Amino acid sequence: MKSFRRLRRSFEHGVHPAHYKEQTENLPTQRMPFGEHYVMPLGQHIGVPCVPDVDEGEPVRRGQLIARPGGFVSAALHSPVTGTVTRIGDFRGVDGGFTQAIGIEADPFSTQEVDPEAVPDWQSLSLDAFIEAVQMAGIVGMGGAAFPSHVKLSLPEGVAIRHLLINGAECEPFLTNDHRLMLERPAALLEGAEIMRQKLGAVETVIGIEANKPDAIDTIRRHIPDGHPVRVVPLKVKYPQGAEKMMIRSVFGVEVPAGQLPRDVGVNVNNVGTIVAIADYFLRGMPLIERVVTVAGPGVTYPANLVVPLGTPVRDVMEFCGGLRPGSREIVMGGPMMGRPVASLDVPVLKGCSGLLVFAEAPTTERREYPCIRCGRCLEACPYFLNPSRLARMSRARMYDEMKDYHVQDCVECGCCTFACPSNIPIVQLIRTAKDDLAHRKEPGE
Amino acid sequence: MTDKEPRLLLFHAPLLRQDMTTPRTMRDVIVALLPATAAAVWYFGLGAVLVLAASILGAAVAEWLFAPRASRGASLRDGSGLLTGLLLGLTLPPGLPMWMAFLGGFVSICLGKVIWGGLGHNLFNPALLGRAFLLATFPIAMTTWPVITPGEFGVQAGNLALPFMQAGADGVSGATPLGLFKFEQQVTPLAELAFGKIGGSIGETSGALLLLGGVYLWIRRDLDWRIPVSILATVALFSLVLVLFDAERFPAPLFSIFSGGLLLGAIYMATDPVTSPVTPKGAWIFGIGVGVLVMLIRVFGGLPEGVMYAILLMNAATPLIDRYTQPRVFGHEAESS
Repeated sequence: MKSFRRLRRSFEHGVHPAHYKEQTENLPTQRMPFGEHYVMPLGQHIGVPCVPDVDEGEPVRRGQLIARPGGFVSAALHSPVTGTVTRIGDFRGVDGGFTQAIGIEADPFSTQEVDPEAVPDWQSLSLDAFIEAVQMAGIVGMGGAAFPSHVKLSLPEGVAIRHLLINGAECEPFLTNDHRLMLERPAALLEGAEIMRQKLGAVETVIGIEANKPDAIDTIRRHIPDGHPVRVVPLKVKYPQGAEKMMIRSVFGVEVPAGQLPRDVGVNVNNVGTIVAIADYFLRGMPLIERVVTVAGPGVTYPANLVVPLGTPVRDVMEFCGGLRPGSREIVMGGPMMGRPVASLDVPVLKGCSGLLVFAEAPTTERREYPCIRCGRCLEACPYFLNPSRLARMSRARMYDEMKDYHVQDCVECGCCTFACPSNIPIVQLIRTAKDDLAHRKEPGE
Repeated sequence: MTDKEPRLLLFHAPLLRQDMTTPRTMRDVIVALLPATAAAVWYFGLGAVLVLAASILGAAVAEWLFAPRASRGASLRDGSGLLTGLLLGLTLPPGLPMWMAFLGGFVSICLGKVIWGGLGHNLFNPALLGRAFLLATFPIAMTTWPVITPGEFGVQAGNLALPFMQAGADGVSGATPLGLFKFEQQVTPLAELAFGKIGGSIGETSGALLLLGGVYLWIRRDLDWRIPVSILATVALFSLVLVLFDAERFPAPLFSIFSGGLLLGAIYMATDPVTSPVTPKGAWIFGIGVGVLVMLIRVFGGLPEGVMYAILLMNAATPLIDRYTQPRVFGHEAESS
């Protein structure tokens, strides 16, 4: 049974949203010109916010360190442009609240060209020094979660990594930034993969790509250097194929036990963008100061794949893409299934911003909510085999503690249940409410 | 950039939905029932139309009357009340007085759905609850089967009885294939069962058309195929075993499947998502339970037909089935709850 499942190269359950990738999948990545103002939030990754390393009014060079990691689970920040620090303080965050950030004004006369930083030879670095270098390069998971990458490299005693799994699934509709990256920079991807593989001591690199990107599969296969143990695995087109535990299930046929991490089954998972960022730093001396962003959706005049300096306001990106179409009502940072709504056009592009999607009002508000008729579609959609309809009901009744018995903590909020619900019940949103409540609740006596 | 800054909405992901909606599901079931309904009108004439109209009207009136004032009419638009009325009508004899059908539809909604908290909260299938009410209240009218009259669009004698009056003495009364088999050991040919030239409730006439509607629902992914498949397979297997014992005394598998309300119940009523288990394993248990109960009642019970009671009994067991068939969660060992 297990070997049979392995042949299918997929996980169980999941949903099949339309791809909507036609808009941008054939558009080569363009470089976005430099603008005037940049905002670098101190907490744009999961974990501890950074500590500023510059003062207001200080001139900064593109690529210069501007904030140090605030702890182990934290990654450094670098200036995306040559210019001057204008202000360190509260700036508008993605969700509409305020967040600590460093404001930088670009020098309009600068060429914005920089000589690469001197980077120590990665082969001679010890693992600890390598981990620190990754942290100081500011590299985080580029798939959307923005989890500091170096944390995954430090392994506890007794845990060994056998496989480096590179995630090129890009299962979110609309997004094509990873697709373009694989097509346009396969050599960098494979270089970065080799660095990671050797440093982790893994025996093999596996690149998982959804089968709807045959050109990317083909390109990468052609670029694999002789002697590199790299395998490209085409995966079934299904959402959420790019969720790391689902991809491990698809590729290796094993389930990562609940509460454990991929490393516990000997796998290290990284997004293709993260791997390219590793190559850019260790081979070209470029810390993480820009990323590829897909700008798409029905509300964008000229959809594009853009290399955007981090900290660029969404407003500038939209202006570069010809502005918003009339009737645009919602901008999402990330994909349409798991992305975050953007509260203001002044919000900057973050390290985890894989896409900026503009929607009209219709897809979000037109539908009425009906009572749950217990049709079970959410159960058949949930890749974690939870009972979302029950969890949603319990969340409505504020039975958050009881929800733990129904494994609410295993939910990764992929949104399959809400996508599948014919009654248009905001199931995953209700589950998020409960998880938030549980996470922020103070223990008695605290 | 547009001149005016857009006021951005903050709807949370996922922003995409598949295009199936609950009202569409209800509409699909109604559409799937139309061929069998048309066949019933052909066989029973205007009487069937009157009974169906009365029970649908009864359901709609109750739905409107008991809806909260703010959302009055909204619950009618989702189509579930109309579907209940139609399903109830299809289980009634074509000669039933209209006022009884109206009352049945009314009771289906108010006792079967509203008092539980509305759509999605009821424990029992509303249409079958309405039918059980009618059967308990008007046992004679509910078991008087008029003779079929294909192509004649007359009104049945009983249809126009005044409210709170029973039908007048009915000249001719027919019998259902199950009744004939049970009480007179007379087997109805399969072709007649499949295409509906038989006496019985409005909706049970044409097994083939009911199956056709089931296939349509399956293609549109509106029903959990496990439930009808397990019910029909259980019934077939059960009667196969019985026939091996005594082919004279017990019904053959195909006769068991096509006679009575089994197809109507298995495809359209047992699959009511509200009152059947949500888990796949639960659906199998539910279907097998219905199949076994149907055969037990038909073969060993005092009644010729038992689909209604079988489904209602399994409806009652649904919460329990759901509790014990919760799926194993990803990354967890299978747990016994």
